Order: sequence, then C-alpha cells, then structure tokens
Amino acid sequence: MTNELFLDKICAILRQHTRFLTFMAFLSTFIILFGFWIFLSGLLDPFHLSLGAISCALVSRISGDLIFSQKKADRNHLSQIFRFIRFLPWLLYQIFIANLYIAFLVLHPNMISLIDPHIIRFKVRLKSDLFLTTFANSITLTPGTITILIQEGHFYVHAVDRKVADDLMTGEMEDRVARIYQED
Amino acid sequence: MEIVAILLLCAGTFFYLTGTVGLLRFPDFYSRMHATGKSDTLGTLLSLLGLAFYAGFSFTGVKILFIAVFIFLTSPTATHALLRAAFDSKVPPWTKDGRSLRDKEVRRK
Repeated sequence: MTNELFLDKICAILRQHTRFLTFMAFLSTFIILFGFWIFLSGLLDPFHLSLGAISCALVSRISGDLIFSQKKADRNHLSQIFRFIRFLPWLLYQIFIANLYIAFLVLHPNMISLIDPHIIRFKVRLKSDLFLTTFANSITLTPGTITILIQEGHFYVHAVDRKVADDLMTGEMEDRVARIYQED
Repeated sequence: MEIVAILLLCAGTFFYLTGTVGLLRFPDFYSRMHATGKSDTLGTLLSLLGLAFYAGFSFTGVKILFIAVFIFLTSPTATHALLRAAFDSKVPPWTKDGRSLRDKEVRRK
C-alpha cells in the first residue's frame, strides 16, 4: 500500500518535471524567436510587438519541442560546426552544377530520350538524426537527385537519369557528410 | 555594384525560367520536382544576393542574407516533403522500362 503511494508520488513528480521541461522548451524557443522578430522588424510599437508575440507563441506552441528535444550534450559541437562550414563551399558548387545540369536537360530539344527517371534504394552507415538530415538535404540539392524516404537506415532517392544515380553511388557525398559528424 | 546586382538578378531569373519550362516539359510529378525544386533554390539565392548587393552592406542587406540562409535550409526540405507525400499516396513514377525501384550497393574505393 505504502509502496503504491510512493510510486504515485514519483509519477506525479516526474509528470510535473516533464511539464516543466516542456514549458522551458516553449519559453526558450519563444525568447529566441521573439528576439529574432525584434531584430528583423526593428519596429517597437505595441501593434507590431503584439503581432510578433502572437506568431512566436503559436510557433513555439507547435514546434517548441523541436529545438530542445535532444538532451544529449555534444562535446564536439563546435568542431562539427567548423567542419560543416568547410563542407559548404563544395555543397554550393554542387548546387550550381545541379542547376546547370537541370537547365541543360530542360532546354534540350530531345529531353525525353535523355532522361531515365527511377527510384534507387541504398543503405547508409551512420544513424544520427543530424547526419541523416544533412545527407538528405545535400542529396536533394545536388544534380538530379531528391531524397524521398528514409526508412530503417535505407535511403529512397529519386534520380532523373542513370548517370546521376551512379554518381551518388560512388559514395563521395556520404563520405564528405560523414566526415563532419565523425568522432575523432 | 549595380552591375553585379543586375547580373545576379538576370541569372536568378534565368533559373526561374528553366524551372518553369521544366515544369511544363518533364513527364511526371517526380521529375518535375527536379526542375522546380532546384531552380527555385538557386534562382532565389541569386536574386536575393543581387538585391543584397543593391542594398549595400547595410542592415537591409544583412536581413536579405538571413532570408537567403533560411531559403537554403527550408527549400530542399519542402521539395522532399512534396515528393514524400506523392510517394506515400502511391503516385506512379514515370519510367522507361517499367521498373521503378532499383537496389544499389554503395561502391567503396
């Protein structure tokens, strides 16, 4: 009997604790968003401030658990950011090539015979959310490939022809993205 | 400065144009997203960069660069979300040989 009471108490405390954490996530998201709103608008009259407060509150209510959900503190966060910045020029270059390639395909009079769209599926090595997100976005931004689905470590990618699919399969981009998030 | 801005805006508009032409010419939903999703990203980036040059390195210019960064982050996600929605509701992809899914192994050097 006392045992059950004890458990109930712990559950209540835990529930309050989670509610507190949710509230803190909401509050911190709200403060960041609202600070950004004031920075961007530069208007400090009550009308614009209340507009900002309402929209920031809505966004924090809906997606406040996104930014502060990962409790695991990352030791090499800073070096990750640094390596991500070094990865950016290559990505920008790839985006530029992608657009030229698509522009070439689009404006080619015999376009239908050049393209061969299909979906490919392959496995990836790393599992962290950040890696998967960066990799998926990089695939979508580079020549002729778009990530459709990530399921159980498999990537489903739509490729516009064989050549870009084979380029992706050399694994160069995966290596580059993996290098950002690797432990060292 | 203004000449750079005009060149960037022209380049951005060119990519918007190819995106629209691709939307009209490509055979199915999936390949159309290749045309629009990608050209929109680069078109918007170039146009915004042109506007940032036109505004000079003022507060407005910094704000425009912020918008460019957000477009850069959100645009591929939106493209992916659209394709995912089509895939989930079983829109058939247009293919040449009728086989839509190919399994591939990543080659290692």
